[in-house]
Amino acid sequence: MGWVSDTVDSIKSIKVREVLHQLIVLGMIVTTALIIWKGLMCITGTESPVVVVLSGSMEPGFQRGDILFLTMSKDPIRSGDIVVFNIDGRDIPIVHRVIKVHEREDTEDKYYLTKGDNNPMDDRVLYNHGQNWLEKKHIMGRAVGFVPYAGWATIIMSEKPIIKYVLVGALGLLVLTTKE
Amino acid sequence: MHSFGYRANALLTFSLTILAFMCAIASLSDSLNSPSPSAQVQVLNINWFQKQPNGNDEVSMTLNISADLQSLFTWNTKQVFVYLAAEYDTPKNSLNQISLWDGIIPSKEHAKFLIHTSNKYRFIDQGTNLRGKEFNLTLHWHVMPKTGKMLADKIVMPGYRLPVEYR
Repeated sequence: MGWVSDTVDSIKSIKVREVLHQLIVLGMIVTTALIIWKGLMCITGTESPVVVVLSGSMEPGFQRGDILFLTMSKDPIRSGDIVVFNIDGRDIPIVHRVIKVHEREDTEDKYYLTKGDNNPMDDRVLYNHGQNWLEKKHIMGRAVGFVPYAGWATIIMSEKPIIKYVLVGALGLLVLTTKE
Repeated sequence: MHSFGYRANALLTFSLTILAFMCAIASLSDSLNSPSPSAQVQVLNINWFQKQPNGNDEVSMTLNISADLQSLFTWNTKQVFVYLAAEYDTPKNSLNQISLWDGIIPSKEHAKFLIHTSNKYRFIDQGTNLRGKEFNLTLHWHVMPKTGKMLADKIVMPGYRLPVEYR
């Protein structure tokens, strides 16, 4: 009987090992993604190095679903630059073009006015009531590169969360059940 | 080993890699292009020049803009965004930069143009420093690619001195 129980034990230990192995693989994938994201943050100097365009206000340059790469370098922001900014009290960042810049001599405060290429008016109507200018603190980054369509998956997943859960569940199941 | 899932995964990964590679090559090929654009801008007239009720100077002018930007276009160019900016400094501000006009050029055929226009965006100072002020005129452009890196450059043109009196 000792032989039988030994075999059972060895089978059990194999299973545990396999599961552990799969879990580590999964962990590696997640941490690699995290390392890449945080690494990009360090290199580009912005909190969100990659953003997805959500509106058509910059058409025909950028369309909904396109991906932009941002940097936040020491180079000053000048009129014509495409910046991503966040208005106080609102979650969704906006991608628009700077059309006016004023820089104070003494305090080094900087004031920007933006406009979407496809919008007839400048962005004062989008800013908070009484706000005439964007300041340095509102700017998240400047667009330097562009890949079309690559952001559609993100838009679909954020608008239909159920797809996200199904996808994550299926992938998790796949990783955990796959044999060598 | 040779299940449908594995094959689909391998195919997807491979095609995405190829696609990313082609995008990178397309973007890199832009740097082989050495453009030679030319431009001329004239301030034809000061339409009016006054102090707003809130105390800021505002000026309206008529401009003649001619440019030939055809050489900026490559096979990876989606559009060229071109704009004319006025730059000047004031005792309070080390830099003031104001877009006077901008336009989107969708294709090479439209890249040689002559435009007679008044300033599209309001030329308003932060204060009352515009009388007799000399400003620089610069034509900037952003080449927006079909994919990859955005390129930008400019031509600095002769400036213009605003009149000494409101009108």
